[in-house]
Amino acid sequence: MSSHVPNSHPVSARAPGRTLAAWWQALPLTTVFALFFLVPLALVLMVSFWDYNQYEMHPDFTFKNYLAVFDGCISGDDLCVTFKTYLSTLKFSLLVWLLTLLIGFTVSYFLAFHVRSSGVQVVLFVLCTIPFWTSNVIRMIAWVPLLGRNGLVNDALVHLGVVDQPVEWLLFSSFSVVLAFVHLFSTFMIVPIFNSMMRIDRSLLEAAADSGATAWQTLWNVIVPLCRTGIIIGSIFVITIVMGDFVTIGVMGGQQIASVGKIIQVQTSYLQFPLAAANAVILLSVVLMIIWALTRMVDIRKEL
Amino acid sequence: MKEKRAPGFWLLAIFFAAYVLFLYGPMLVIVVLSFQGPEGGLTFPMRGWSTHWFHKLADGLGSVDIGSALWRSLGLGLTVMAFTVVFSVLAGLAFRKKLTGGSVLFFVVVASLIMPSIIVSLGIGLEFRLLDAGIKKLLEAWGMQGTLDNYGTALGIYTSALGAHLTWTLPFGLLIMFAIFNRFNPAYEEAARDLGATPWQGFRHVVLPLIAPSVVGIGMFGFTLSWDEIARTSQAIGDVNTLPLELQGLTTTVTTPSIYALGTVTMVVSFCVMGLAVGLSSLLSKRQKAGRHD
Repeated sequence: MSSHVPNSHPVSARAPGRTLAAWWQALPLTTVFALFFLVPLALVLMVSFWDYNQYEMHPDFTFKNYLAVFDGCISGDDLCVTFKTYLSTLKFSLLVWLLTLLIGFTVSYFLAFHVRSSGVQVVLFVLCTIPFWTSNVIRMIAWVPLLGRNGLVNDALVHLGVVDQPVEWLLFSSFSVVLAFVHLFSTFMIVPIFNSMMRIDRSLLEAAADSGATAWQTLWNVIVPLCRTGIIIGSIFVITIVMGDFVTIGVMGGQQIASVGKIIQVQTSYLQFPLAAANAVILLSVVLMIIWALTRMVDIRKEL
Repeated sequence: MKEKRAPGFWLLAIFFAAYVLFLYGPMLVIVVLSFQGPEGGLTFPMRGWSTHWFHKLADGLGSVDIGSALWRSLGLGLTVMAFTVVFSVLAGLAFRKKLTGGSVLFFVVVASLIMPSIIVSLGIGLEFRLLDAGIKKLLEAWGMQGTLDNYGTALGIYTSALGAHLTWTLPFGLLIMFAIFNRFNPAYEEAARDLGATPWQGFRHVVLPLIAPSVVGIGMFGFTLSWDEIARTSQAIGDVNTLPLELQGLTTTVTTPSIYALGTVTMVVSFCVMGLAVGLSSLLSKRQKAGRHD
């Protein structure tokens, strides 16, 4: 860049609002997201219209991949594979969302309003976030010795005489998938909700109490509306993760349960890139619609 | 001290304790089980105690060379960490100034954070495969048959996988930078400027020491998120896998406590990095406080 660019004028260069310097500083990050996020997304969209055979894909402009995805969806009496898979993935999302919201809110509420010492508060909060920095797969297989046929839970159930035979549905089932999702991703709910709760002005709670509100009324009419942003951010995280997941459903479902992410993964492994891309575009549209519905009025930047 | 606890306190405390048990219980179980005796299996009871399964692990599991996968992941994690710290701090500084298009950039970064990983991964995989096709065509056009025959793929740990990891770690890095600068008092910096410090001096001697303890946190995010990454790496990896990808593959094939031993090893690495980060961060803030009293 030469000194003829107006913004690099010596005087303005020392002022805080230097646009050019700011651009140089933002350049590495911008480049990474251009090369590894925006271009790839554009390519997914482009390739979803390409044609392919067993060996390779080639440029084209065809809707056949999209037609293939929705094959049998219009005419058939039964639900087609795509609708079934989306329905099952949405069901997981909804269930995991409800559970993580309930757990996340309760845990955050306890930390924010019932723990008095701020030191203890920090320690307990960190305790909830540490597992986030450890391996997800490890945290999944950690359930095997507990939920397996000869696992601790089954042993206990048989010993207590609750069941005669070890129960099979504990592991590699929808149950274990939901359990693992909640185990892995409730942190994504706790952090934003806790953050929102810590910003609530405590005098509002006193005012509510002075006006004769019960604990429940304060919770429902003061705290919940004021953590709306945290709840929405957490919900976006959890729902988008579950909607696109294939690792957790794969490992915890014993590779037997279908999900949208898994379809994409399998098609990629068969080198059916255009088909996988079409599925990705559809998944992205569904996820964007959900996010749009959730975020209409939240400014994430104000929350930091 | 004697003030009465709010109603529901004990109920909530029990709920919280149960949640912590739910978080850590399973992890503790596999650490314990990784020390099974040589006769032991995947579940309790423990048949003696040994480090047998760790030795087995060192020999490799099936066809998988755990040692080299571990080193690959360590190398990649450290690289991702370095890039994440530098790029996030730079971008954080940029966002404090007037950055035209800043809101678009911020939107893209947040979009990357919440984008389903499989889509990002597929996109990067496609990008590099198309790049491969392009390079091969060029080599053919230029008649460089020898190079063409030796050409494998542009997909790899330090190309596509590195990029995939950065799309996941940088959003966290940038958000942490925002959080840091939202709480940052610009008075020190202005004082430095008034005393004639250049922008670089102001950054190096005033801003950086003040933000350093939190920047360590960005490094920790960078390493640990990369160390465990699967979803974004899965379709954007070349011929060799990272450790978590190997681990994911092993979950269906390995039926001995070796897999728990591997879990214990990766957990130990994660905890070491967290410990180092906390230590370094508190060291830096102690220094900062000591400096203020000079």
